[in-house]
Amino acid sequence: MLPLAYLAVRSFERGGGVVWDVLARTRTAELALRSLSLAVTVTAACLVLGVLSAWLVVRSDLPGRRVLGVLLVLPLAVPSYVAGFTWISVVPDLSGFAGAFVVLTLVSYPYVLLPVSAALRTADPAVEEVARSLGRTSRQVFFSVTLRQIRPAALAGGLLVALYVLSDFGAVSLMRYEAFTLGIYTSYRATFDRTPAAILGLVLVLLAIALTLGERRARGLVAHRGRRRPLTVPLGRARVPAFSGTLVLIVLTLGVPVISLVWWLIAGTSTFSVTDVLATTGNTVAVSAFGALLTLALALPVGILAARYQGRLARGVELASFAGHALPGITVGLALVFFGIRFAPALYQTTPMLAFAYAVLFLPLAVGAVRTGVAHAPPVLEDVSRSLGRGRWETGLRVTVPLAAPGILAGTALVFLTCAKELPATLMLRPTGMDTLATELWTRTEVAAYAAAAPYAAVLLVVAAIPAVVLDRFLSQTDAGGER
Amino acid sequence: MSGLTVKRLVAGYGGEPVLREVDFEVPEGGLLAVLGPSGCGKTTLLRVLAGFHPVASGEVWLGGRLLTSEVPPEKRGIGIVPQEGALFPHLSVAGNVGFGLSREERRGGRVEELLDLVGLSGFGARMPGQLSGGQAQRVALARALAPRPGVVLLDEPFSALDAGLREELRADVRATLRAAGATALLVTHDQEEALGIADLVAVLRDGVVAQLARPQTVYTSPADLGVALFVGEAMTFPGVARGGSVETPLGVLPTSGEGFGTVLLRPEQLVLGAHGVPSTVDDVLFHGHDATVLLRLPDGTSVRSRVQGKIPVRAGDSVSLSVRGSALFFGSTP
Repeated sequence: MLPLAYLAVRSFERGGGVVWDVLARTRTAELALRSLSLAVTVTAACLVLGVLSAWLVVRSDLPGRRVLGVLLVLPLAVPSYVAGFTWISVVPDLSGFAGAFVVLTLVSYPYVLLPVSAALRTADPAVEEVARSLGRTSRQVFFSVTLRQIRPAALAGGLLVALYVLSDFGAVSLMRYEAFTLGIYTSYRATFDRTPAAILGLVLVLLAIALTLGERRARGLVAHRGRRRPLTVPLGRARVPAFSGTLVLIVLTLGVPVISLVWWLIAGTSTFSVTDVLATTGNTVAVSAFGALLTLALALPVGILAARYQGRLARGVELASFAGHALPGITVGLALVFFGIRFAPALYQTTPMLAFAYAVLFLPLAVGAVRTGVAHAPPVLEDVSRSLGRGRWETGLRVTVPLAAPGILAGTALVFLTCAKELPATLMLRPTGMDTLATELWTRTEVAAYAAAAPYAAVLLVVAAIPAVVLDRFLSQTDAGGER
Repeated sequence: MSGLTVKRLVAGYGGEPVLREVDFEVPEGGLLAVLGPSGCGKTTLLRVLAGFHPVASGEVWLGGRLLTSEVPPEKRGIGIVPQEGALFPHLSVAGNVGFGLSREERRGGRVEELLDLVGLSGFGARMPGQLSGGQAQRVALARALAPRPGVVLLDEPFSALDAGLREELRADVRATLRAAGATALLVTHDQEEALGIADLVAVLRDGVVAQLARPQTVYTSPADLGVALFVGEAMTFPGVARGGSVETPLGVLPTSGEGFGTVLLRPEQLVLGAHGVPSTVDDVLFHGHDATVLLRLPDGTSVRSRVQGKIPVRAGDSVSLSVRGSALFFGSTP
């Protein structure tokens, strides 16, 4: 929070007049309008895609739905700029609004798919059965009952998509779509006076917070949890179109990036240096691991507190995690640039500073994971262990940690993956001369050196996909555990 | 060694005490059931005894040792069996049972001995997820008994099980505790459970022990009207007792006590037959092992009779009602 506060101070440093001048520029309004229209359309498309695919995977008799379920979640590991770069290389004319829309929709619909399929799995099937027995057809039941049950989950997912789109920098810059983030970066780079960039960064945060509050208001009640697994709905004649539709979606989200990367790697004319790629990979892994560990270290005490003690603190943590989702990477990067130059010049553009930026950005993710992990070790188990003669520390070691570890590990994997994908803050804060996979990729695609960018993109995909698979494994395992 | 003794125990959360002066004693090897409605302080009592909640005042003695609030849970020698067992999900059955044992004890066959005791020999390698609810409870009991605690605390151990299994497990738990020679304290809100399993019943109400006696005594000579109503189904009528008898809508009945008060009858005391007060059958509630007949007396009073075996009446019948045994009487001024 401190860097943000400083950003606000910095914005108003030269008087309210300057702030007003920047805000009143037509360009500011244009940027905001562009970002918002992109966010709205992408979110709408993701809601449709995410809810449909979640329903198909969880509730229908779609052939191979388990494997398809994993494949449908994997685009989460594809950074928007990798997707953007591969799409441009397949369809060179794609750019601007249409390009950004296609790319962002295809990488962010899993944000809706994941919570909605969880909600579909736990929703009480009895409610649907009652509706059927009262004379509704199964189609009517889907619209009048099922959709209501998953509404909170779908809205929460939609919020994540909207926030993702607002703060996305990679896809919009590749598609040359002048959205807010790109505007901030250009103004940060182009002019010597960085105050406008600070002001725009603040506006972006305010937009994101407004979205978050709106979603909380619209969410409504959480659906009643059922104890049984819902019945599978036969698709009948819709089976073939549903299956091929899912396949097309997977080809578009995973096939296009993978195939085009492979094509570039094989057919690429420019040679690349294996040692360069390896060194960059090493940098990425090191910085992301540092960031993930720092984030975890900060998240552990907060998460444990939030899981064990109810009340104001827990609510505060929840709120902070929402605020955290609303923090665009570019704003945090900017804030830390200002903060670093002014107060910690020794740390400015060093790895610890970058790791700290990651921690600010992804702390909410990690806190959530720690809290869920610790919740897997109910306090009564600790009581039993104590009564069996094991002291406080031994109990922690033998009961709490083994039970919470999978969740905490999964959270760390998630933070690691997100760090590896992060672009704008990394661009601004990385030590001079140090390149990560993300920044190399971005630099090369900036000058349209697609063949040279391909190896970095391929390695990044692999680095990001491993934790994603681990994460999915963990999530489906806890699901199975919860049914007992 | 003198089992578990609780003297003038006071404990609570913040200002309001939940336990106000609780006194009882469980003799060594005995089984005490603490019976009370939800919110009476049962759970707090267990948490205080196990050392998870501080004592405001009063004393807890176990086997001649005073357990102050400073004695941590792991140094008390008190085993707990939580609701629904709460087995460690990451450990096998043997791992759960051996959790409180030293390495030598684990190797020495204590785990197998206990699994045998609860009738689960050969289950050691299973994981908790593969057990039924009743089996999980047995493992939880074996786990608590393994380190030979001074007392085992059981928190509503049968509440999550279905009726048939509950009965069976209740008998098994009683036998297991006997065989292990363990002192035990069980809390429950189910009067049938408390009366059926324990050597002694303490009725806990508003943070004080309203009555501490053998199960039969609690049922037949309850300390007051509240206890009487809580431990079993009953009908009450206002009445005036004089010279060892009291007048009720069911006729003049023998009783003890004098003056204004409340007359209490249990449904099993009402006998359907050829003589007595005439009444009409409103309905018959069949329970399988017995049935409850709802009746209406000429003056409009509704009463219930418990009938064993074949049910001789059906709704609409006229039948005569007589009372077996004497009525309980509770004066309105103590």
